[in-house]
Amino acid sequence: MNLANLPARRRRFLRPSLAAAALCGILGATASFAQEPVKIGFIGTLSGPGGALGQDQYDAFMLAIEQNDGKLGGVPVEVVREDDQLKPDIGVQAATKLLKSEKVDIITGVTFSNVMMAIHKPITDAKVFFIGSNAGPAPIAGKNCSPYFFSTSWDNDMLHEAGGQLASDLGYKNMYVMAANYQAGRDAVSGFKRDYTGNVIDEVYTQVNQPDYSAEIAQLQAAEPDAVYVFYPGGMGVNFVKQYRQAGLLGKLPLISVSTIDGSTLPALKSLAVGAITSAPYAPNIDNAQNKQFVEAFVKAYNRQPSMYAAQSYDAANLIASALKKVDGKLDNKEAVLAALKAADFDSVRGAFKFDSNHFPDAPFYRVDVVEGANGAELQAKTPIVIKTRANFAQQCPMK
Amino acid sequence: MSLTLFVIQSLNGLQLGVLLFLMAAGLTLVFGIMSFVNLAHGSMYMMGAFFAASLYSYTGSFVLAALLLIPAMLALGLAVEWVALRKLYQRDHLDQVLATFGLILFFNEIARIIWGPSPYYMDVPEFLLGAINLFGVRYPAYRFVIIASGLLIALGCYLLIHRTRIGMLIRAGATNRTMVGALGVNIVMLNSLLFALGAVLAGLAGLLAGPIMSVQAGMGEPILILTMVVIVIGGIGSIRGAFYAALIVGVVDTLGRTLLPTLLRSFLERSSADIAGPALASMMIYLLMAVVLAIKPKGLFPVHNS
Repeated sequence: MNLANLPARRRRFLRPSLAAAALCGILGATASFAQEPVKIGFIGTLSGPGGALGQDQYDAFMLAIEQNDGKLGGVPVEVVREDDQLKPDIGVQAATKLLKSEKVDIITGVTFSNVMMAIHKPITDAKVFFIGSNAGPAPIAGKNCSPYFFSTSWDNDMLHEAGGQLASDLGYKNMYVMAANYQAGRDAVSGFKRDYTGNVIDEVYTQVNQPDYSAEIAQLQAAEPDAVYVFYPGGMGVNFVKQYRQAGLLGKLPLISVSTIDGSTLPALKSLAVGAITSAPYAPNIDNAQNKQFVEAFVKAYNRQPSMYAAQSYDAANLIASALKKVDGKLDNKEAVLAALKAADFDSVRGAFKFDSNHFPDAPFYRVDVVEGANGAELQAKTPIVIKTRANFAQQCPMK
Repeated sequence: MSLTLFVIQSLNGLQLGVLLFLMAAGLTLVFGIMSFVNLAHGSMYMMGAFFAASLYSYTGSFVLAALLLIPAMLALGLAVEWVALRKLYQRDHLDQVLATFGLILFFNEIARIIWGPSPYYMDVPEFLLGAINLFGVRYPAYRFVIIASGLLIALGCYLLIHRTRIGMLIRAGATNRTMVGALGVNIVMLNSLLFALGAVLAGLAGLLAGPIMSVQAGMGEPILILTMVVIVIGGIGSIRGAFYAALIVGVVDTLGRTLLPTLLRSFLERSSADIAGPALASMMIYLLMAVVLAIKPKGLFPVHNS
């Protein structure tokens, strides 16, 4: 997939029209010159156990560009892809490279929160437009927020506030909570507890990328909770759910998860995950026109269902498109670009979408079940989740 | 913690240990005898898991997949040894580390190209679903099979090394490679065979791990690190050492993960215990390794070279 070369090829076709465009310019028309493509840097976790998530983000982002013949908002774009390998230091290297030698105009992507924490400041300090499409650690939604950062996903707490709300709505009195031991895992548990009204029997943190959960599963069985809440993105989720099922628990002891069973892990789990309940910002069956064409195009292009990572990244591409269109591809006037981004004048695959004052979206969440569908296990959005208590990150953010 | 839970956790530790032994056995043979640092051993594990998952989904039979996996891994091991590693035996360890690290990247990329970036599906075979009853303790049947087959393979290794002619040559090679070569043994062939055997063992570990763990590119690295720890604790080049150390590491890691947080909570504040517990638990085996290295730098069960 070498779309990075596309704009270069395109330039040949553009040359004859340049004169015409110049003329338009003299006449005061607003036609864009479109001579230099807008450079967009993509940073994501593309290798290792988290690689599938970043790949989904990248694929969906490129899909939006492909659908528009190498353009976003009518402006040719060039994407420079960087793999952070889920390592903050490599992420910083990638960001530095994009900023200093590639001189990109916009950076998007970022899969994991620890990488986000490391690169958020250097990128926003450089006043480069930064559209995060997954990781949303609390600090950057709160006191460290930046006018240059926009998120098309959520802050980590929000995901789990929805999860906690769901557990309360389902009426489980005693929950057993598990998460991987890193920033997002800690955020997960605190977010969950904010909206969960029942009793948390125990909270357990496991090593990041731990392959075997047999010990923890035996432990949770002994605790006899009403239901279990877990946060294990990527391969960790596959391991956990497989082992949970093999311990004979799935279907007996309700499993509520967030970012664990989704489009990126379901192909590996298949029917093993049937019966699990998840809280998610996205499922392929969400009913709106934008999502319908997205799912169809994504399945056609990549032969798999889009995950929430893909959906959020597709939204990021369309957000960028809407802004580029508004400013006609001219990124010099930063204020104008920021205002255009803030307007979020695009159709989100998630449904209604607008930015809060901290540039994080106010977008819906759903209860999504894993059900046995016509073509095997599939994710099906059931009911919207109404989050009652929100962390007041927007209040902590100086932007108003 | 109740007694039942303790038994289950010990079995879990044993199961992890057995898996680690399969990895460590091959690695320590190659390292101890050829003095060759092979970081790509984890890749053999990963390829084994992918092969097994594919063979299983293709044939529909777990047993058949296991039987077909052995020649497949043998072929892969021989091919890798012949194409890439043979030229590296005489080079120093740093070159070997560099080259085999390259192999890791190569195999991860190959796996991603063939099987895609998402984890690959592999389920427990139907006849091993459910739990078995061990003196009143219910334990997942499949995990029990891992323990049993791991121990069987360990026994096989023991017999091979200590009761056969090839095993005698391997042991002799470990002690004095030049002398064995001078006695007319085809040491090049012995090396290839040994490497292939290591690949088969790693592949079998991949097969056994496939149904319980996520089969995906990069799955070999975390287990490779644990395997290295096992080898260092057990003593480089020693199969017996690898066996005991694998079990020790498996049990220490599992019990550390479950007991430490509880233990810390008994005398620390809840919030500090929740932070210190998982952190300490993940350090346990490395602390163990440090202690072993401090007391017995050659490992607990070193090969006697004198």
